[in-house]
Order: sequence, then structure tokens, then C-alpha cells
Amino acid sequence: MKPFEYHKPQNKKNAIELAGKTTMYISGGTNLVDLMKKHIHEPDKLVDLTEAISSEITVEKNGARIGAMLSNTALAENENIKTDYPLLSKAILKGASPQIRNMASTGGNLLQRTRCPYFYDTTMPCNKRNPGSGCSAIKGFSRMSAVIGYSNHCVAVHPSDMCVALVALDAKVEILNTTGETEIIDFINFHRLPGDTPQKDNNLPEGAIITAIEIPRNSFNSNFEYLKIRDRESYAFALISVAAALVLSGNTIKDARLASGGVAHKPWRWSKAESFLKNKEATEENFRQAAEIAVADITPLKDNKFKAPMLTGAIQQALLNCLSNN
Amino acid sequence: MKINHSYSRRFFIKSSSAFAALAFIPLTVRSFFNEVKEKYFVKKQKIPLSVSINKKEYQLEVDTRTTLLDLLRENIGLTGTKKGCDHGQCGACTVHIDGDRNLSCLTLAVMLPGREITTIEGLADGDKLHPMQEAFIENDGFQCGYCTPGQIMSAVACVKEGHTGSVEEIKEYMSGNLCRCAAYNGITKSIQQIAT
Repeated sequence: MKPFEYHKPQNKKNAIELAGKTTMYISGGTNLVDLMKKHIHEPDKLVDLTEAISSEITVEKNGARIGAMLSNTALAENENIKTDYPLLSKAILKGASPQIRNMASTGGNLLQRTRCPYFYDTTMPCNKRNPGSGCSAIKGFSRMSAVIGYSNHCVAVHPSDMCVALVALDAKVEILNTTGETEIIDFINFHRLPGDTPQKDNNLPEGAIITAIEIPRNSFNSNFEYLKIRDRESYAFALISVAAALVLSGNTIKDARLASGGVAHKPWRWSKAESFLKNKEATEENFRQAAEIAVADITPLKDNKFKAPMLTGAIQQALLNCLSNN
Repeated sequence: MKINHSYSRRFFIKSSSAFAALAFIPLTVRSFFNEVKEKYFVKKQKIPLSVSINKKEYQLEVDTRTTLLDLLRENIGLTGTKKGCDHGQCGACTVHIDGDRNLSCLTLAVMLPGREITTIEGLADGDKLHPMQEAFIENDGFQCGYCTPGQIMSAVACVKEGHTGSVEEIKEYMSGNLCRCAAYNGITKSIQQIAT
């Protein structure tokens, strides 16, 4: 690891004053410390946010507000979250291991690097790690890579499960920028597609801090599912994951949410399939058609063609499970 | 063949004149060089740290880069906690911080003042082993033993958290601890025994 100065500001204001080109913020450290060991990130100044940012959680009539420093475990195990936003709880518990969930913060989960094995292999070119050096995955092994929204410069996928649930639940990200202003970013616009600047995973302004996540009140707490398919049953990234949630009136779908992990550089919403499902009957045939609408938009790479039938099946199954699981 | 270890007269003159020349570099140039160095190279920073490990207080001075794992093993000599992958993938370095299981390899020591750390050495009560340690021995919860300290720390936390409802639940909540010898059945049995 490269030597660095360590700072522990006591409040948000002092934290943003320390921002700079070679400054990085740390909270749980589960991703950043690893990347620093590999010399992928080499900050001169490390700013510890554990005292500066709130870890409070409030669940009220109009929605939930989650302090960015709250641990993934505390969020998933919160009784109000389990009752009102169980999809979020279920998604978090499908990610990482108990140790990592204990350490990782809510804000940090959003900021974990979008990645692929070549991003971590410092002997190979990677546009995300070393802009302009080339993408090893496009020419190399692309089995885990994206199937939608990728570019010629990067085919990596965002690894979070929590973020797939948050994008499905129309969450908002509250940030504090370096001029001291609070801004709200819609979750769906928080992460970005690689385009020709794959070194940037998200739209967080430079030096800004995530202070809280807000989830508006919804009725997705009865019919929901988070389905994750991976190479081993636990502690592995998704090949495909699907967050599905329905609001039903009798057997009619009043509102639907469908999102996926393991498919793109950002947590992906299947908006067309959602619109198709609205006001339709909750039948196997309609679920099959919704899955086909979603999968029609993907363009798998040479090694991940299997993701097309896998995604079709996963969306159908997740929607079916919405009817029976809960 | 005889190897000549002595230095030639020419080498001696060359090198000593080079060193002499260095002494004549004006102070201003040297201080400029130092300023540049200060500006572009961050120096190692050592900061004082008071931390409680296995109910014992330690006053230390640590490099900001030191992980809790290296602090335990290298600075304090508590080598029970093992370094497996050093990248948060294997769980061999699992310790408790304020009672919760954490990965010591991904925890920077400087972030820990005021926290209570428990390692495998802090589990037994004097010569009396912790019930989970006894259970691992009884149920063959290990083979080579390298992952065992991490497995036991994780197992104790797993029971405390109450994630022991079924074999499947135990396996899910122990998935952060890998065992290359695959002693998983013994580990699961040990946890079931303590949980019931």
C-alpha cells in the first residue's frame, strides 16, 4: 500500500473541506482497502467518514430515510425495513458474507467499484483502471460481463444486490457537494453507463459525500422477490439477479417493478416490461411476455450468450414467486 | 579461478569525487529538492492508537497502512488470527469488533480507537476452552486447522446472531469462511451442537 495521511473529521462540513484530487473517503473499507493493497487506488489522503456521517434510520409514513453510514447488516435486519421494504432486506442478505455486511456501509455499497476480473488483474489492460489502455474482457473471457448498456471501452457489471432493490424501489440519493449544498439524485441516475469514460462508475460530483438514501412509501411489501443466480449458492456475485415487485388488485397488476443485477454497468430497470405488465392479469403467460420484452433488448457477448435464456427464466420465476412467496 | 574483490584505483577516485561533488550542491538546491519531495511523495505517517484487545489496553504507534490483522500478528504477537487471502475472500482473519464479526484484513487499525476487539486468544476462559472450541474438537470441525480460528470466531457470532435455525441457514451464514480441507460437515455439526 502507498503511504497516506489519515484524517477523521467529526462532521460533514469538515469532511468536505478535506476533499481534493488525491483524497479518498473511507467508511467500511471492504472494497477500498482491498483496492489500495492492489495499488488500484493510491490516495495521498484518506478521510474516515465513520464519525462524520449519520447511521440513523427512520421509517415514517412518507418513506424511509437511511443514514449513509448504517451498516448493511443493520439495514437488512431493521424491523421496519423488513415489514415495509422487505425486497431491500432480501436483496442485501443475498450479497457478500455476514462479515462483509457487518462492515460495509449503505453509502459505500453504492460506491463499490463496478468491476470485472480484468479490473483487478493489474497485469492486464483495463480502461476502467487505466483509461485508454484497452478492454481485456471484450477480447478475453466475457462470461461474467454485461449484456446491455456496455460500450467498446468497458463491459463490466455493477456488483451490488442492494442497489438492484433500491433502483426498483425508486430510491433517491442525498449528497453533500464540496460547496456545502445538499443535492438529491434519483437512484436510477446515480450510477452511469461506461460510454467512453468507463473510469467513472457514477455521477457523484468530485469530492461530494453520500449522506443518506431515501425510499418513498410504496405498496411493494406483499408481492416481491429477489432472485439471484450465481456460480455457487452463497457469497458470489450474480450471473443474473432479478428484483421483482407487484401491486395487485385481485389478480390485476396495478403497478410493477423489474430490475436486474449482473447485466449492466449500473443496476438496470426493465421499464418496457414494467409498462407492459401494468393493468394486465397476473398470469404465467403475461409474465412470459414481460420477460421476452426485457430480453429482446439485450446483446450478449461471445462468452455470455447463456445469460439470455437465464434472464428470461429468472424474470418469469421472480414474477411467479411474487405471487406465492409471501 | 580467483575472484578479485578489491576495488580499482580508478573506481575509488571516481566515486570519492562524486561524493565530494554532492557536498558542494548549494543548500538552496537541496532544500528545493526536499520541498519537491515533500510535495509529491507522501511520507509514512505513524499515529498513536489506544485499542482494547481481549480486554487488555494497548498504547501503540501505528503506520496508517497497518491492517488490524497485521497489527495483531506483527505488532502485538497475537498470531492466532490467520492471514489467508488478505483480500476479504476467505474469512480466516475473522475477529469480533464490539461483539460483531469483522474481517481484520480489510480493517485499518487507525480506524479503531475506542473499539473492543476479541480474537481467538480471547475466547477461552483461562485454561477452560470456549464451548465452541470444545465442539470443534469433538466434531472434527477441522483438518489442517488454518481456517479454524476464523471459523470459530464466525461460528460464535453465528450462534449469537441466532442464524442456526437449520443446516441450510447455518451454511448460508457461515459462507464467508472457506475451508480448503472441506471440514464443513464437522463445522456445521459443531454449531448445531452449541445452538441447541
